[in-house]
Amino acid sequence: MSYGTQQQQTYSDEAGDVVMEVENTDVRFDMDRGQSRVLNDVNVDIFREEILAVVGESGSGKSMFAAALLDAVEQPGLTTGEITYYPPDGDPVDVLGLSDQQLKSFRWEEVSMVFQGAMNSFNPTMKIRGHFEETIAAHDANLDERLEYVYDLFDALNLDVDRVMRSYPHELSGGMKQRALIALSLVLEPEVLVMDEPTAALDLLMQRTIINMLTDLRDELEITIVFITHDLPLIAGLSDRIGVLYGFEFIEIGPTEPLLEDAAHPYTRALLRSVPSIDSPLDQMQTIPGSSPDPVNIPSGCSYHPRCPLADDRCRIEDPDLVQVEGDHRVSCFYWEQSAGEIDYTLHGGGVEDNE
Amino acid sequence: MSTDDSDVQNTGTETEPDGTTEAASDGATNEPLLSLDGVEVDFAPGGLVRQYLSDEEIMAVDEVNLDIEENDVVALVGESGCGKTTLGKTAIGLQRPTGGSVRYKGQDVWDAKDNPNSADIEFTDIRRALQIVHQDPAEALNSRRRVRAILADPLKKWREDLDQEDREETIYRYLEHVEMTPAKDYAERYPYQLSGGEKQRVVLGRALLMNPDLVLADEAVSALDVSLRVDMMDLMLELQDLIDTSFLFISHDLANARYLAKKGGGRIAIMYLGNIVEIGEPDEILQNPTHPYSKVLRWSTPAIDPKAAKEAVNEDPPVRQLDVPDPADPPSGCKYHTRCIEAREVCTREEPETYDTGGTEATCFRALSNHEYWSSEELEGQETIGFSRDDE
Repeated sequence: MSYGTQQQQTYSDEAGDVVMEVENTDVRFDMDRGQSRVLNDVNVDIFREEILAVVGESGSGKSMFAAALLDAVEQPGLTTGEITYYPPDGDPVDVLGLSDQQLKSFRWEEVSMVFQGAMNSFNPTMKIRGHFEETIAAHDANLDERLEYVYDLFDALNLDVDRVMRSYPHELSGGMKQRALIALSLVLEPEVLVMDEPTAALDLLMQRTIINMLTDLRDELEITIVFITHDLPLIAGLSDRIGVLYGFEFIEIGPTEPLLEDAAHPYTRALLRSVPSIDSPLDQMQTIPGSSPDPVNIPSGCSYHPRCPLADDRCRIEDPDLVQVEGDHRVSCFYWEQSAGEIDYTLHGGGVEDNE
Repeated sequence: MSTDDSDVQNTGTETEPDGTTEAASDGATNEPLLSLDGVEVDFAPGGLVRQYLSDEEIMAVDEVNLDIEENDVVALVGESGCGKTTLGKTAIGLQRPTGGSVRYKGQDVWDAKDNPNSADIEFTDIRRALQIVHQDPAEALNSRRRVRAILADPLKKWREDLDQEDREETIYRYLEHVEMTPAKDYAERYPYQLSGGEKQRVVLGRALLMNPDLVLADEAVSALDVSLRVDMMDLMLELQDLIDTSFLFISHDLANARYLAKKGGGRIAIMYLGNIVEIGEPDEILQNPTHPYSKVLRWSTPAIDPKAAKEAVNEDPPVRQLDVPDPADPPSGCKYHTRCIEAREVCTREEPETYDTGGTEATCFRALSNHEYWSSEELEGQETIGFSRDDE
């Protein structure tokens, strides 16, 4: 296997190789009232075979990040910067420089995507089998070989191949459709699977089951998963790393456990305190005052400063870079060392066991 | 706002006769606010052809008993298709049950509609007292009308004693109360000029300005960003205190149900294929459930503590079968037996009743220590789920 040369320097050795590298990436829309920056100078490396959760509230830029990874931002949006994909063998790919034809195969064979509510994107007049055959044919792949692979995927996703394949989309439950779609997105064996709120419309049991299946899929298929969501508890057990988006950029990123246990950014801490979960104490739950930044008018300095209890003049003027907290855990805040004192939270203690 | 609340409050709802005329047998003062007794709702299955070809019916709600008191909170939790929305709509008189009865303060709701002359409480008063807040605030609001007009509707309809000035005053007070200030500015806005949380406050306001006794909140916080959900639920609880409104809160999310029911001093009811299979205080339902399905929902709700969550991610779902059976053809015996990992032979032929478990009420033989269930043969054949077990 050969990779590009410049990707290894940023992280500690255990972090592994980079499969995608996002550098100085912006997504802009020109609007009547000004230029809207829905992704603002984003820099992030995605490691091979990791599960990276990208967490953000609505209007944080998380769907734009997903789209940018596949150069799939719709017109008139403009994606700039550098997004590099490193295949297991072969030369690095400049994603934003691909032609339309190249993108078409790139999006299924290298980096594929499952969108939010995408289970409704099946053609209602075509049986599920038809969708698979069409996709396989469009990429000139061997039908029998691919279908055999699909059977394995269906097994892994606990789908009855015969029943699902001969069904029309409306004959299947939402959970079945969504699993069939995950199988479809994997049919050409991509290296990276980008999922934007893939379980949002599903019942909890199905949501949770799919989450558990994803860890198996990652291990078995040796793929990288980028899982985008607003739902922190959903990914607490799934992800290796979490990247928190606020105001269209990553404000904190790091390994899941230290990041959740002791978040460094005042926003992440406030977010953790605001999320209803099954185990956190009720009396600490509190909404974050204020509202998320307007993409046309992002606050100067640190974009969180208008809502931050730690903000001072420096935060209003200067935009903090990501700095190291510990190991791979990084945060963009001048005063992260004081955030724990200012915004207190615990993930335990409200749990079922501790109550009485 | 407090001085005027009493004013906002006492229309119609207090009309319950003090020296009640009811038959001696039901002491009116002990009547729950709302009482569902053996409620059934059947639907013909979707699709004209299917309806034409068969006379089968889907039982969306099957023999549900539920009492809701004044100033009460009941969080109804279940998977989609379990009948929770149908039950909710039946509870507030939007859906006529095909069996059983719904009584509001002792008055049969549909009897009040069918026989207005003999009713103690008029159907229109009942409908006003029982309100609904829909799931998607964006769809629930008419995009061409200003907030002022949207909130004036219920007042015009139900508060004829108010003139225009009073109405505006009431609307401003509400907006200020929910921190949509300056209220005069917000009153002039259209829905598209509001955030998701603000829209939901307007929808809630439209229901609350009716001064209802009970609000059915159908997935009312699910569409909001996680960080806004607590705020919305706190607001509901505050208004519960302020105007004594009860909430029937429908959710597929146990974490939200826990928050609302625990803070509101209420109960969680777990629903499966038309039945309430377990009901009780939130801690009992979460810590000490009897029904295996309650445990499934608990399992399905992720913990935010990464260590606990990491362990859970390697567990298989505690079900025999992942997908819900076709509601048009529900399983025999206990309807849950096809998915239940505890199911035994007796569950396939006999339907359990609701039993007191000492903490909750559960529709499962396991609540009875001396039931033949315990000597019945265990069922074989659990679905394998995922790669992991294939390798073993």
